[in-house]
Amino acid sequence: MKIHEYQAKAVLARFGVPVPRGEVAFSAAEAGEIARRLGGPVSVVKAQIHAGGRGKGGGVKLARSVEEAEQLAARMIGMTLVTHQTGPEGKKVGRVLIEEGLQIERELYLSILIDRATQQPVIIASAAGGMDIEEVAAKTPGKIVKEYVDRGAGIVPFQARKIAFAIGLDGVLAGKMVKLLASIYRAFLETDASLIEINPLIVTGGGDLLALDAKVTFDDNALYRHPDLKDLRDLTEEDPLEVEASKFSLNYIRLDGNIGCMVNGAGLAMATMDIIKLAGGEPANFLDVGGGANAEQIKNAFRILMADRNVKAVLINIFGGILRCDILAQGVIAAVQELHVPVPIVIRMEGTNVEEGKRMLRDSGLNFTTADSMGEAAERVVRLAGQ
Amino acid sequence: MSVLLDTNTRLIVQGLTGREGTFHARQAQAYGTTVVGGVTPGKGGTTHEGWPIFNTVHEAVEQTGANASVIFVPPPFAADAIMEAADAGLALVVCITEGIPVVDMLKAMTFLDGAARRRPGQPPTRLIGPNCPGIISPGKGKAGIIPHNIVREGRIGIVSKSGTLTYEAIHQLTRVGMGQTTCIGIGGDPLIGTNFIDALALFQADPDTEAVIMIGEIGGSAEEDAAEWIRQHFRKPVVGFIAGQTAPPGRRMGHAGAIIAGGKGTAREKMAALDAAGVRVVKSPADMGTALKEVLGR
Repeated sequence: MKIHEYQAKAVLARFGVPVPRGEVAFSAAEAGEIARRLGGPVSVVKAQIHAGGRGKGGGVKLARSVEEAEQLAARMIGMTLVTHQTGPEGKKVGRVLIEEGLQIERELYLSILIDRATQQPVIIASAAGGMDIEEVAAKTPGKIVKEYVDRGAGIVPFQARKIAFAIGLDGVLAGKMVKLLASIYRAFLETDASLIEINPLIVTGGGDLLALDAKVTFDDNALYRHPDLKDLRDLTEEDPLEVEASKFSLNYIRLDGNIGCMVNGAGLAMATMDIIKLAGGEPANFLDVGGGANAEQIKNAFRILMADRNVKAVLINIFGGILRCDILAQGVIAAVQELHVPVPIVIRMEGTNVEEGKRMLRDSGLNFTTADSMGEAAERVVRLAGQ
Repeated sequence: MSVLLDTNTRLIVQGLTGREGTFHARQAQAYGTTVVGGVTPGKGGTTHEGWPIFNTVHEAVEQTGANASVIFVPPPFAADAIMEAADAGLALVVCITEGIPVVDMLKAMTFLDGAARRRPGQPPTRLIGPNCPGIISPGKGKAGIIPHNIVREGRIGIVSKSGTLTYEAIHQLTRVGMGQTTCIGIGGDPLIGTNFIDALALFQADPDTEAVIMIGEIGGSAEEDAAEWIRQHFRKPVVGFIAGQTAPPGRRMGHAGAIIAGGKGTAREKMAALDAAGVRVVKSPADMGTALKEVLGR
């Protein structure tokens, strides 16, 4: 689960990570109020969206007075911000962060995530902060420092010192860095974060270390034990159809194409998208109905699929093993009848009573085509979608 | 010989008294697996569907001689179940559960690593999963949810991150007349107990396995690491398929581990790495069975 920069900073601050003074504003008037409270006269107005690259896209502006802060906020709130991470359609800005202006001496990079290969948390740091870290990794990998954290020992002080010295901090600053690393590691574990990224981590003119930007992503599987963090979710940042699908516990991701997919199992669902593409079609979505391919879930799945106006045909690929295909067919027929699904549907199912299930679909009088294999199913649905 | 699970397997079910546990235990037993009991803390001393239920895995092992466990325990308690099974000295632990927090698995992996120190002399535990369909050795038994009506005894091994894609591969092989030695679902989570290399090493050492189908997904670098290992060590033919060639970047595609992050973990990179290692990579999931037949010259 993603959250906004201002929320990430609030979470990190609870663990003792130093962050700039600032508050979120939902209107220009609020923004002005906050700028006044900060003391100023300089403040920074930052668009809050779940994507990076905001600076280059015009979503981060310096205000030299309280009035200017209010004006900038007025322009920013409601604008559609396009960055290299939002896609060409951009994201609508609903809130801005008004922050104190700071004198930046140095920009560093710091992040922590789980390294899958070694199955350990890893801290990644670099003196090349404020830049695209992937670019740094690609062009100057020597500038990236990695320290793997032993789960039992946590961040050992020599590791923290090693990182600090490697990115050019010494003396008092190294000490501050050691403290900051301990805070970040604690935050990472205790909030069940999958990623904490501070880019840039700045050294101010006054000799302080501060997280000038912060990104925190939470492990979806752990949200059940963090109701307060779950509340930070911003539904306006998500596709409305995906939000709707999640209410039914349907794993749904909207794509660009016109062939709707309904599959059981994430791997098979991805493979179904792949085979549609290989057959010359474009999948409209990823949808894993999971183990519960029962009548109710099938109806919900159809509701979601058909809410996408682009869908011209639907492919159902259910591999149930011991799943009874006649029961599945019954559920599909009921859903299509009740919802008046207007597009052709290709069904490929595997399980027990396959022939009985196919017979029921054929005899229903509805627009069903059955297929025996994934390849056949893909070819048929692509042809139907093209008509 | 089958890999990891055979007729000597004596299986307990952690979470046997739950709906999923009960259903799949019955299925496993119907398939000929020796299911010896279940563990549900608080229900020890009772019986369920004819099986004895124990409060702890230790007790279950003591009383039944179990040497393997399959876990059908909800996400908040599943990592704990894994650790308990390892501590009781079970050689094989299969965790089906999807949705375990990553930090919990981090703890569990560390715990498993430390088992040798805490219990010297005890053989190490092989964990399969979590978030996987488990293992099936056709003709011998199963631990998990892989439907046994589609399998067939034979000489092909399968190792896969995906559940239903594993069934698809089994189905395709069976249809072209090729049976399976053992099918291992390693799971779709970012932290798993057994990876491709571990499974391939087992297949390498198994004289009955002639060739392998390997099914990967976007996310992480396990397939690339496996490709390197295959190049250096694996001497049997491999057919590979990677799901997610059409997946958009940055999105979690169902499985917690199926995400292209920071440009890394794409299907294209994995397919290229496997191809360079001599694996016969198929673009279409419908071609796994026929490709395997071709590489064996049948």
